[in-house]
Amino acid sequence: MLSAPSASVLLPLLPPDASAHGPALDHQLLLCLWIILALASLAHILIFLGLILRRSGSPRDPWAIEYLPLGALALLFTALAIHSEHLWADSRYTGASLEAMQIEVTGMQFAWYFRYPGLDATFGSTRPQLASAPEGNPIGIDPADPHSTDDFVTSELVLPAGHEIDLTLRAQDVIHGFSVPELRLKQNAIPGETIHIHFTATKPGTYAILCTQLCGMGHYRMNANLRVLPDDEFENWIEAKEKAAHR
Amino acid sequence: MSPTPRPSSPLSAANPPLFSLLSTDHRTIGRLYLGLALFAVTVGTLLSLVMRIHLLWPAWAFPLYGPILPEDYLALVTLHGTLMLFFVLTTAPQAGFGNLILPAQIGSRHMAFPRLNAASFWITALALLVLLASPFVPGGSAISGWTAYPPLSAVASAGPGQAMGMDLWLTSIAFFAVASTISSVNILVTIARMRCEGMTWNRLPLTVWAWFTAALLSIIAFSVLLAALLLLFCDRHSGTNFFLPAGDLVNGMLHQSGDGSPLLWLHLFWFFGHPEVYIAILPGMGLTSMVLANFSHRRVFGYRLMIGTTLLIGLLGIFLWGHHMFVAGLNPFASTAFSITTIAIALPASAKVLSWIATIWRARPQCTSAMLFSLGFVSLFITGGLTGPILAQPILDEYLHNTFFVVAHFHLIMAMAGVFGLFSATYYWFPLLSATARHRGCLLSERLGRWHFWLTLVGAYATFLPMHLTGLAGEPRHYAQLTGIPNAAGRMLASTLPLNLHITGSAILLACAQLLFLANLVLSLRRRTPAPSNPWHATTLEWHPALHPFASHDASERITVFRAPCDYRMSDSGETFFLTQWNYEATPDVKPE
Repeated sequence: MLSAPSASVLLPLLPPDASAHGPALDHQLLLCLWIILALASLAHILIFLGLILRRSGSPRDPWAIEYLPLGALALLFTALAIHSEHLWADSRYTGASLEAMQIEVTGMQFAWYFRYPGLDATFGSTRPQLASAPEGNPIGIDPADPHSTDDFVTSELVLPAGHEIDLTLRAQDVIHGFSVPELRLKQNAIPGETIHIHFTATKPGTYAILCTQLCGMGHYRMNANLRVLPDDEFENWIEAKEKAAHR
Repeated sequence: MSPTPRPSSPLSAANPPLFSLLSTDHRTIGRLYLGLALFAVTVGTLLSLVMRIHLLWPAWAFPLYGPILPEDYLALVTLHGTLMLFFVLTTAPQAGFGNLILPAQIGSRHMAFPRLNAASFWITALALLVLLASPFVPGGSAISGWTAYPPLSAVASAGPGQAMGMDLWLTSIAFFAVASTISSVNILVTIARMRCEGMTWNRLPLTVWAWFTAALLSIIAFSVLLAALLLLFCDRHSGTNFFLPAGDLVNGMLHQSGDGSPLLWLHLFWFFGHPEVYIAILPGMGLTSMVLANFSHRRVFGYRLMIGTTLLIGLLGIFLWGHHMFVAGLNPFASTAFSITTIAIALPASAKVLSWIATIWRARPQCTSAMLFSLGFVSLFITGGLTGPILAQPILDEYLHNTFFVVAHFHLIMAMAGVFGLFSATYYWFPLLSATARHRGCLLSERLGRWHFWLTLVGAYATFLPMHLTGLAGEPRHYAQLTGIPNAAGRMLASTLPLNLHITGSAILLACAQLLFLANLVLSLRRRTPAPSNPWHATTLEWHPALHPFASHDASERITVFRAPCDYRMSDSGETFFLTQWNYEATPDVKPE
C-alpha cells in the first residue's frame, strides 16, 4: 500500500477538508487514483510495445497472460474494497450518538432551510398545507404543536466545530441532493422520507452547500452557506437565536 | 444445427436498393438505422456544443434564438442524453450494424422476421420524431434529464417542459422500448435458428456473441423500462401513486393522497439503465476483438474465455444497478452488496483487455483506420473503465456522485469507446455498407481515416480527461452556469472556469474532427472505387462471395462453415496464409497493396 505522503501529491486536486471522516476518505480516493494511473500507464505501455516490437509467434501461456494478472487484480480490488467498505460502514452502518446535535434540513425548489429544535430539543410537527415562504414559514411548521414554539429556521447552516451532528434530511417537492464538498458529504433528500446522516465538522470556516440532484430550472443556484464556528462563538450564536425564537 | 429453410419475403427482392422506405431487406433496414443514428448523433453533438458554450458564457445570445435560459440548458441536457443513449448508442451498434452484418456472419441471407424488423425501425423513427417535436410544444422539452426522476418528472407544475414536453418524452421512450424489444427478439431468434451448416456456437464470431448478449439484456431491461414508463404515465394522468408520496408540495400544488416512493422509479429505471450501458458497449467489444485479430493476422487470444466474459458481463450487468443509488436513500447494507457486484465486473472486463493486448502483442498489425479505431477503443475502454472501481465504492461516491468525475467516466467508457467502436465498424465494413446489387461497394479513404482517428483521439482525451479534475474539485453535473452564483458555492464553481474553458475548446475541436469523417463518406461514395471482395483478408462469413450484397443472384449457393474464425497460420517455409470459415482450402496471405 502507498504511504500517505506520496498519495498527498494529488491532494490539491480536492477542496480542503473540514470533517472528521474526510482525511480517511481522501486517502482512499487518492490511493485509488494512483493505482489506476499506474494500471492505465502499464496497459498503454504494453499496447505500445506490443505494436512496435518485431513480430513473433502468438503468445500461448494463458496462465501468464490471463489468470495470474487477473488473480493479482482480484487481490488488489478485494483489498481496496474491504478497506473501502470499512470506511462506509463507519460512516453509515450506525446512527449518530445520543449526544449528537439535531438539525433538520429541508430542500425545496430552489433553497435549503435548516431547522434547529430550540430549548426543548424536539422538533415540532410540520404540515405541507401551512408551508409558505412569503409568510415566513417555508417548511410549514405547525404553530399548534407546543414543540414548535421554540423551533427556529435559518437559511444558512451554522455548526459548532468538533461536535457530532445528526442531520435529518427532508424534501418538500422533488428529490434534492444535499452536498457539502468540503465535508465530503452527499446524500439525497427524498419527498416522503426522512434520511439521517451524521458527521463532525472539524475546521471553522465558511463552506458551500450545493444541490447535486437535478431538481428543476433553478438547480444551479440552489445553494447555501455552511458556517462552522468555534465552540464559544457557536454558543453565542445559538443563544441569540433561541432567545429570539422564544420571544 | 441445420439451417431453417425459409422462402424469401416478397418485399426483399433480389435487387434491394441502397435505401427503400418500405423494404424488409435487412441491409436496407440496417442502413436506415445507421442513417437515423447519424442524424441523431449530429443533433446530439451540436446540442452538447451549445451546452458547453452556454456554461462559460451564460449571457451570450445565440443567433436566431437569443439567450439560453437555465430551463433551456436542462432541456438541452435531456435531449442530448436521450438522443445519444437511445438513438445513437443503442440503435447504431445493435440494430444498425446488427442488421447489416449479423445475418451474413452466421451464414444466413436474412433475419428471422423481416416484417417485424421493418416495423421496429419505423417505430424507432416515430419515437425520434416524437422526441424532436417536444421542443416545439408549450413549455418546451422535458428538463428532468434522461433519467427522469420523479416527482420532477411526475408533476407538471415542477417546471417548464414537465407538462406536455414530459408526456412526449415518455411517449417517445415507450415507443423506443417497444421497438428495441422487437428488434432484440428478432436478433435472438436469428442467431438461434438461422445459423448455416457447421456454424456451431463455438465458431460464432465474437461480434455475434456480443449482439446475442446485448439482445438478451435488451429484452430484460427494456421490458422493465416500458413498465416503469407506463406507471409514471399513470401517476401523471390517472391519479395513481406509484412514485408520489402524500404531502408532496410542488410549486404550490399539494399532492393529497398515496404512499408511493420516488425511490421505486430509481430502482426500475436503473434496472434498465445499467444494462443499457452494456447494450451500448458490448457490440463494440465484440467488433474490437475481431478487428484486432484480423489485422494482427492471429487468433483472438483466449477465444472461449472471450465468449465467457461477454456472457458474464451481461449477467453481472443485471445485478449492479444499485451503484447509481448509493447516496439516493438506498439502505447502506444494500450499497455494500451493489458495490461488490460492481467491483466484480472489473474482472471479466480486465480479462478482455488482457486478451486484446495478448492478441496484438508483437503482431506488427496492419494499422488501417479500422484497426486504429479499435486500438482507440481499447485505450478508451481502459482509461474510462479504470475509474469504475473508484465510483463503485460507496464511500468515494459520497464525494464523487453527480460530479463531473462521473461525467468523465461514462463519456470515456460508454460514449467515446462506443463511438470508436462505431467508427471502427464503419471503416471496416464500409464495402458492405455501400454495396448494392449493382455495385461492389467501396472503401473509405485511409488517409482521411488516419487524420480522423488521431484528431478524434486527441480531442476525446483533451475533452474528457480534464473533466475528472473539475469533478475532483467539486463541480456538479446539470449546472446551467458556473458564474454569477452567490455564496461560498460561487467561489468553488468559479475555480473550475479555466479548465472548463479548455474543455469547451477541446469539445469544439472534437466535433470539427468529425467533419473529416463526413467528408470521407461523401468523397468515397462519390468516387466509388470498387473494393476487393475481401479487402482485409478477413475469415468471417460476411465477406463470403455468395453472401455479398453484390452477389445476390447467387442466392441458391449452400453456405457451409468448416472452422472457427480468425484462422491465420504460417507454413514451414515462412509463408503466411489464412483459412476463411467457408473455404476448406487455405488462401495465401499476401499483403494487399
